[in-house]
Amino acid sequence: MTSDHMDGRGDPRFESGDGHDGMDAPLRVSEGWGRAVRSVSRYVVPRSADELAEIFAAASRAGLKVALHGGGNSYGDAALNEGGLLVDTSVLRKILAWDSSRGTATVEPGVTIEDLWRRAIANGYWPAVVPGTQFATVAGCAAMNIHGKNNFRVGPFGDHVESFELVTPRGERLFCSRTERAKLFHAAISGFGQLGVFTKITLRLKRVETGLVRVRPMRADSLSECFDRFEENLDDADYLVGWIDCLKSGRDLGRGVLHRADHVRAGEIPGLPLALDANGQSLPTHILGLPKSEAWRALRLLMNHSGMRFLNAAKFHAAAFPQADAPYLQSLIAFSFLLDYLPGWKRAYGPGGLVQVQPFVPHAVARDVIREILERCQARGLPSYLGVLKRHRVDPFLLTHALEGWSLAMDFRVTDGNRAALRALADEITDLTLAAGGKFYFAKDQMLRPSDPGRIFGAAPLAEFARIKRELDPESLLQSQLARRLHL
Amino acid sequence: MKIFRTAIVVGASSGIGEAIARQLVVQGTRVALVARREDELTRLASELNAVHPNGAMTFVHDVRDFASAPKVLDQAVAALGGLDILFYAAGVMHLIAESEYAFAKDRETIEVNLLGAMAWMNPTAARFESVRAGTIVGLSSIAGERGRRGNPAYTTSKAALTTYLEALRNRVSRYGVSVVTVKPGYVDTAMTRGLRGLFWLISAEEAARQTLALARRGRSGFVPRRWGLVALVLRMIPSWLFRRLNV
Repeated sequence: MTSDHMDGRGDPRFESGDGHDGMDAPLRVSEGWGRAVRSVSRYVVPRSADELAEIFAAASRAGLKVALHGGGNSYGDAALNEGGLLVDTSVLRKILAWDSSRGTATVEPGVTIEDLWRRAIANGYWPAVVPGTQFATVAGCAAMNIHGKNNFRVGPFGDHVESFELVTPRGERLFCSRTERAKLFHAAISGFGQLGVFTKITLRLKRVETGLVRVRPMRADSLSECFDRFEENLDDADYLVGWIDCLKSGRDLGRGVLHRADHVRAGEIPGLPLALDANGQSLPTHILGLPKSEAWRALRLLMNHSGMRFLNAAKFHAAAFPQADAPYLQSLIAFSFLLDYLPGWKRAYGPGGLVQVQPFVPHAVARDVIREILERCQARGLPSYLGVLKRHRVDPFLLTHALEGWSLAMDFRVTDGNRAALRALADEITDLTLAAGGKFYFAKDQMLRPSDPGRIFGAAPLAEFARIKRELDPESLLQSQLARRLHL
Repeated sequence: MKIFRTAIVVGASSGIGEAIARQLVVQGTRVALVARREDELTRLASELNAVHPNGAMTFVHDVRDFASAPKVLDQAVAALGGLDILFYAAGVMHLIAESEYAFAKDRETIEVNLLGAMAWMNPTAARFESVRAGTIVGLSSIAGERGRRGNPAYTTSKAALTTYLEALRNRVSRYGVSVVTVKPGYVDTAMTRGLRGLFWLISAEEAARQTLALARRGRSGFVPRRWGLVALVLRMIPSWLFRRLNV
């Protein structure tokens, strides 16, 4: 490969070497983050954002649909493209500007949450909204409009984006902000990568005085107690997340442990280092005495109903030691990035992988609907092995998954034997949730059906999205596997 | 024992490939016949479809047209409604005279026997890795065991194919995909007709039967098995001695 293929024509990555109408870009097998869905597609690695327009043009000539792949942290098929072309945007990873006084960063799409906090923390800034893994890219977070454990308080990722440049499938570069092309700004954030590529994203981080949070675990003996304790803390907590034991039934149904976390202020604890540097932010190297990289193998042995019943119970009771509900200090990364805590833990789910189902339910009916969902999972013999409860609020983005209410994220192990039952359960949860006026989230999804998006977003927002899509991408070149599955 | 409902046979118009296709159709497998010669393909397909309606479909394709291999693969898989097994049986062997040095022949040999196999097996392996199942069978040869003076390009192509198949097997076996290397000895086909000094000669039908038996078990091997012994001996002969032998 030579560097003089600047216009892309004749570039072996984009064009066929021998003049046929196709693309010689290599094939790659890619999988969703949950490892339960895979596909074969061609892929291309752009050397710079300037090449994106040419890649779109080449794909169009070759008759290939295009999807964008960043960190690959979407659970299902949102960053997959069977039979098409994947554009790997994770290599476009430069922090273009960092204003340490305002706390604003302008970054390329592939910059990860980790890149961002490593740059910002020494200046006393932390990303305002982070997902459960620091390996997600900023563009992926914006496209999926992800939320964190502080959604109830600070809104989704998009609320902290000031502006971006979007390269559309026709090769236009459009600058968008809340004042310029405001409609497109609110559609592309939450647009699950179907309107264009974010090439330059400017976002505002939040001020932190230390790199620590004070975490207070709170045990709750039942689902309603979980909700009660969550609500007692809503007004002034920085972060709130509930872990629910989905295997418990009867009186103990929905018992769990809530974690409230608040940023530690400077001087709050005399003599405590501020941990405002990358070294002050570390994850443990050993877990249960095992080197971290191999610890998932221990988890593998517990990956069945009785093992998980044991593990969930152990977590519940461990929250009472050494002293019930005693607060402790944790680094920001240890608290924020639970999914990175045990590397490879998803491999413990075995070759079939896992799917996550995360219903978002309006506040008024949340207690009843979530109770019903937990009971249906158990009735079908498919309890979730990990349940996470969060509180949400509405936001102004076009295809938003958020609402004034609650979500329960549930991980299910997929095996050859349970696929059909899991399918039926997911449909049941979806119908129950949508009938209650609830929503779902594309970053997690793998189970929704073509008839569901209309009920999730409403006909008008969906029509508006389709109108913008037609305008920016008349030949529907950008088309992820998820978009095709849901006929979007 | 694996059951193959759908198969692609590349190089199906003659020789071992044709025999494999015939036996598969008779056993109830739906087969996509891929070959360069359209008239041969059509003749074979109509014969087979008389036995099993819709048992065979044809795809005219020159394996040296590497870029279109993935497309023909996609078309064939779509027409078959899936794919359980791929046979790559396309191969050429030019006769090379004692003091002849013919690059055009060498190139065609490598293109048909090796590069065509890679062009087909790469996208097939990706598909099989993705679905965590499938079998790929490559028709290599005992000729790949040593570099022989009688046919440098052919023996090179088969040695390289054998190594490529081994690498592919090491790559995808962890995903439940079988890669089977079949190394026939002398088989009575158009390729060997007129050659002298052949022994243990078997028919294309017998070679196909044994190839299918190996494929069903997902095991590589020699066809017939006794060539394995010959290979063992061949590999042990030191180079200084091998060049003095008349093989």
